Amino acid sequence: MSYIIPRFRHPCTAPNGIGYTRKDYEGALSTLCAGCGHDSISAAIVQACYEMSVEPHLVAKLSGIGCSSKTPAYFLRQSHGFNSVHGRMPSVATGANLANRDLIYLGVSGDGDTASIGLGQFAHVMRRNLNMLYIIENNGCYGLTKGQDSATADVGSKTKSGQANMFSPVDPAGLALNIGATFVARSFSGDKAQLVPLIKAGLHHPGFALIDVISPCVTFNNIPASTKSYAYTREHMSAADVVDFVPAAAKYGADGAIDVKMPDGATVKLRRLPDHHDPRDRAAAADAVMTTRERGEVLTGLIYIDTDHPSLHEMLDTTETPLRALGEKELCPGAKALEAINRNAR
Amino acid sequence: MTESPLEPTVTEDPEYFHQVVNCQYACPAHTPVPAYIRLIAAGRHTEAYMINWEANVFPGVLGRTCDRPCEPACRRNRIEKDEEPVAICRLKRVCADLRGDVSALMPDIPKKKNGKRVALIGGGPASLTVARDLMPLGYTCVLFDNQKRGGGMMRSQIPSFRLPEKVLDEEVGYITDMGVDTHFNQDVTSMKYMLARDFDAVFVGTGAPRGRDLDIAGRKEADAKIHIGIEWLANVAFGHVTSIGKRVIVLGGGNTAMDCCRTARRLGGEDVRVVVRSPFKDMKASPWEREDAEAEDIPMFENHVPRKFEMKDGKVAVTFEKVRAEYDDKGKRTLVPAGEAPVVMECDDVLMAIGQDNAFPWIERDIGINFGKWDLPVLDKQTFQSTLPRVFFGGDAAFGPANIITAVAHGHQAAISIDLFCQGKNLAERPHPAVTLVSQKMNVHEWSYSNDVSGADRFAVPHADRKKTLKDMKMEVELGFDVKAACAEAARCLNCDVQTVFESGRCIECDACADVCPMSAITFTENAAEDDLRAHLNAVSNNREQALYVSAALPTGRVLVKDEDVCLHCGLCAERCPTEAWDMKKFLYAAPKTACFTKTEKTEDEAA
Repeated sequence: MSYIIPRFRHPCTAPNGIGYTRKDYEGALSTLCAGCGHDSISAAIVQACYEMSVEPHLVAKLSGIGCSSKTPAYFLRQSHGFNSVHGRMPSVATGANLANRDLIYLGVSGDGDTASIGLGQFAHVMRRNLNMLYIIENNGCYGLTKGQDSATADVGSKTKSGQANMFSPVDPAGLALNIGATFVARSFSGDKAQLVPLIKAGLHHPGFALIDVISPCVTFNNIPASTKSYAYTREHMSAADVVDFVPAAAKYGADGAIDVKMPDGATVKLRRLPDHHDPRDRAAAADAVMTTRERGEVLTGLIYIDTDHPSLHEMLDTTETPLRALGEKELCPGAKALEAINRNAR
Repeated sequence: MTESPLEPTVTEDPEYFHQVVNCQYACPAHTPVPAYIRLIAAGRHTEAYMINWEANVFPGVLGRTCDRPCEPACRRNRIEKDEEPVAICRLKRVCADLRGDVSALMPDIPKKKNGKRVALIGGGPASLTVARDLMPLGYTCVLFDNQKRGGGMMRSQIPSFRLPEKVLDEEVGYITDMGVDTHFNQDVTSMKYMLARDFDAVFVGTGAPRGRDLDIAGRKEADAKIHIGIEWLANVAFGHVTSIGKRVIVLGGGNTAMDCCRTARRLGGEDVRVVVRSPFKDMKASPWEREDAEAEDIPMFENHVPRKFEMKDGKVAVTFEKVRAEYDDKGKRTLVPAGEAPVVMECDDVLMAIGQDNAFPWIERDIGINFGKWDLPVLDKQTFQSTLPRVFFGGDAAFGPANIITAVAHGHQAAISIDLFCQGKNLAERPHPAVTLVSQKMNVHEWSYSNDVSGADRFAVPHADRKKTLKDMKMEVELGFDVKAACAEAARCLNCDVQTVFESGRCIECDACADVCPMSAITFTENAAEDDLRAHLNAVSNNREQALYVSAALPTGRVLVKDEDVCLHCGLCAERCPTEAWDMKKFLYAAPKTACFTKTEKTEDEAA
């Protein structure tokens, strides 16, 4: 066996703001198929977290089941991880987040885990605006079970089996806009220049951030007749905007771009591309998703953003202190307190 | 600065992958270093020895004494801060120490000669290499040397505590035993006479035999106490000198000075010191030779220029002027007086090791051999042919003092030229290197080489007890690696000869190789001019001595650029490539010679 990661890294890799190098954000060597788009997404997460000087121990990685959901093993080795039940990552994320809002929640899911078995949980976590980044590694097929069409496969698209898909696809971005998600983006595993800033922005977004990443399945769904192949995605990508994420401390010049301020002081800097919608307008965003799809294009970039909508914690007015930091007295206030609550409910 | 985008790399040119194997490329004789290091790791010392012998002729000698240009070139220096090169030179010694019987692997020497006679003047590494390269082809080689045995400066100038006589005798013997007609103890005093004899070609490998002297005040008066370094070392080597005074001053900062001072310590010198004109950082001695000298309690003094010798009661007093070095814009050094009081050092003997010059008093100047600057022969740089077509030069005699491995490289080239010349062929049409490029893929996640490179620091070679070595002139100081240490050191080699070979037509631009590369050495990018590209790769690439591997244009119009500089040759790019656009291929480059000599029954790929 000679499948190993060498111990050496480029001598010019500088430590980031908190003294970590890129290596500190890596994970195990991937056991996915060689060439899988998911590995590029893992690399983009590593790059984003390294460049943002995220403290690895303050990140919780959550996933469901599937090729995509294996990937948290391949990045952020030193972070918390929960590989949950198929399609049930959102409820685990919700529980964890309610118990401790201080962590950064990074959910990784696939098209099956999100749009088939997990569609219900996916819809409701968006409604609740849970503060997390939810990445869909979307390859249009069930790679782990030999490439059957998934719920995001386009009509007419063929996997290696040669059979065209007959059923209308779930468009996670369209659904997210419809159901009230406050950060909706789409990208491509092969375009890190776009994906990395989106991940950074998504991690800072004070609510639910969705990035639907087209991530080709090189083994089952990378043939010419597939609409989720490397070549097709490259040819049909239509970027809505150019995204740049600016940390709070950085300075930048005004050049007519849209600046979206994050509550933590950071800025998402957007440059609208000609003939594209204003990403702060939900109806226009939904319209853009539909019309580009009808044109056979894949709309990418930051499609919609709303940083003012209250997150789940704010809506529920929950404690700011993580439960683990509360004492027994606060956690179990006793029969009198319960009585008071019950009285209020009568 | 080039304006146009880079052209795709032509990997069909063997010199491209050759320059990726930094150690081999830096070796004047282009020894296939990683190949023999793998054989050492596999315990196949005889085969490792023969790979060396084929390329550099004196593995046992060079494994102890080489200037090792391969080691500063080693990629291991560059892959991380504070990394040190693989101990290539001392691994070479391991295969020489542990080799089995190689007699059956030596080339057959034709009984029927080809009728061509070649005179070799001087019996050092260059001449012996020419003999090694010509004897198997049927040439008659007649060697003349003024010493009593072959080896030249390897015998007369390298002390036996660094190079045991047995090691030298064996390796000289492999060549003389081929049936070289040797004439030792014979001074050649006239080239005209040599040319009048029935030789088809004459090779001059007489080295740089004249040690420099210092013509300053009192030199003549103190003559009995002042010795020219290389002459004194030769006298020690041949037993004419067996002692020296208790206090010795060695003038000079090169490797000869290091050999002089360490030899003096063994012949009775107690207060032996080295005094150098220049600052330490400009000293010519190899750092390891200097360290070994310092470890034998030999102090060194820098910035001392000798001005005067004086005899006082049978002792020599040397007066030095203190200087400091100043460098102009071009880096040219001048030593200017520091304005301090002169320093006087007293001693019993002075050893002068301040350089050596070529000398050809025995070559008449009216026979068509032209001499140029510094009284060096005018030569064709590639063919080593002089202005008299049948006379060739090599080693220190060609371009001035260098080192053994350079002399060997010269010998190979001169032998090629002599062969072509004797066969009436064009000397400019030289043989090509012998090259193979073979995939190393064995199975899923299996390569035929170990990519689990050791992270250990470079291992130091153990030394014998100093109390003993300082008393015994013939006792070797370095003990060499044992098998265990050799394997541990060999595991540090990156296998840079296992090349990353990219086939652009197969690439689907999935980014897998770029994502997985631990050194961030792979980038998919728009092509651009070299400076621009180097600045915008995933990891900035400032080492222009190492090429960028640029693919043909890919379907998106981008190119793949791989920075060879820090590549670990770990194979992950090929592991993660879904289309086998990348492969790991072992590149074996045998530098041009007159022929291939070793009779190996097995190649490295055919496991023992």
